[in-house]
Amino acid sequence: MAVAFWILAVVSVAAGIVVFVVDSMARATFALLASLLAVGAAFLLIDLEYLGVLIILMMVMEMLIMAVFMIMYMMNPAGLMPMKMVHNNRGAVIISGAVFVLLTAGIFLTSWPQRRGEPPADPTRELGMAIMGSKMLVMMVIGVAILATMISTVVLATHRGRYDRYGEDLKRRRPLDPGPGQGPGLPAAEHHHGHGSCGSPDPREESG
Amino acid sequence: MLEGAVLLLALVGLGLSAACLDARLGGAQVGAPFGEVARLLVQQRRRTLLRDTLLLRIGVISLIVAPVLAGIVIPLGDAPVADLAVGIVWFNAMEVCVWGSLWLTGWAVNSVYPLAGAYRLVAQGLAYELPHMFALITVALGAGSLRMGDAVQAQQGLWFVVWMPIAFLIYLVSALAMAFWGPMSQPVGTDLAGGVRAELSGPDRLLFQAGRYALLVVAAAAAVPLFLGGGAGPVLPSWLWVLVKTAAVLGLLVWVRHRVPAIRMDRFTQASWLVLIPLSLVQLLVVGIVVL
Repeated sequence: MAVAFWILAVVSVAAGIVVFVVDSMARATFALLASLLAVGAAFLLIDLEYLGVLIILMMVMEMLIMAVFMIMYMMNPAGLMPMKMVHNNRGAVIISGAVFVLLTAGIFLTSWPQRRGEPPADPTRELGMAIMGSKMLVMMVIGVAILATMISTVVLATHRGRYDRYGEDLKRRRPLDPGPGQGPGLPAAEHHHGHGSCGSPDPREESG
Repeated sequence: MLEGAVLLLALVGLGLSAACLDARLGGAQVGAPFGEVARLLVQQRRRTLLRDTLLLRIGVISLIVAPVLAGIVIPLGDAPVADLAVGIVWFNAMEVCVWGSLWLTGWAVNSVYPLAGAYRLVAQGLAYELPHMFALITVALGAGSLRMGDAVQAQQGLWFVVWMPIAFLIYLVSALAMAFWGPMSQPVGTDLAGGVRAELSGPDRLLFQAGRYALLVVAAAAAVPLFLGGGAGPVLPSWLWVLVKTAAVLGLLVWVRHRVPAIRMDRFTQASWLVLIPLSLVQLLVVGIVVL
């Protein structure tokens, strides 16, 4: 158990350092993922199976989405060229050093409580009761509300909304989408609206 | 130990059977997959310029490791290889690791089409994952537990497929998306010259294909304890029932590939978020009320 903990701890820290050493966005992302997976596995050691597996599940998804966004916003297209992963070295060293000293001091100065009682038979259940308890109904409703908010945000943020696809009065039977085989082509003005520099040939403009 | 060997044997056997059935339905010889295995084993590796070999290895190998790890919580008869208390969440976590495998594979070869295929899988993943999770949660709610074995126990009277049919259908759709199979095979689509696997050859491609079939088998096998009563059935021993039911679901998934056209990820996202998520929430509500 102790051996496993130390291996996971070393992997976690080492992978965290690798994030700043490698010169590739993809490697940095997956080094960070490796670090977080080690943290998730460490939760399994203290029998918090649900939290541990959940960390693994969420971190894989999160890192994937992060990789997509990081590469999307990078200066070299597709991010295939090597790039420096650190900036503002002096400021970063000062800030991270100060935070490290603060956290380490906190660890040694806190009077940690002695363990009372035994671990519960079903830690997942106890965890849920501890976090939500009597507010279970409220939390469930809020959960669905957050999901609905996420979906509506995406719907509002999409480039082509339902009025673009189904027409002003939403009466078009087949949506007008980019891509081949979509019925009558879009007017060229609609495609080039706002970005005159778009150089990609559009198959619809040839046929339409 | 024995269960682990059985799991690997079942994965290989069912995966090869699925490949043979797929070849048969596709108009090829039944034995075509064996020839393909032999061809890939001796084929020389094709290398792309400036590829990231480390990430490619991680991607291809994890694509076959993830389904095996997902399979360890599925009861093969009476007991799974590892009876985790949160088996359903574990299955979900391992199956999501495939997103990482495919993205790494698509990225690492330093080629356009594989990368585009990898992005397609991430988009498709975001589309199928939410209804998929709700379908799994519905089962957990019905069983009152996240343990696969408890889900089987809870179905001794009535199989979940009978009173949560919408969750079962959503699970089947997401199983196709998870294994990027059939109508959801856009990440490896022919319009992208093979997508993620376009630049893979020789042993790399063999591992990739094997991982994909393992994923399909595990996705089909998980439907058995989740919805089809596990090993429950008359006369035959429970392990045989698990095998028969898994083979039936697997056969259905393979058959669908030859009957349903491919669907674009953006179209699927629309259908998934606007139709499947509300449906899965209604199903969850119904099951919640029944359980209450």
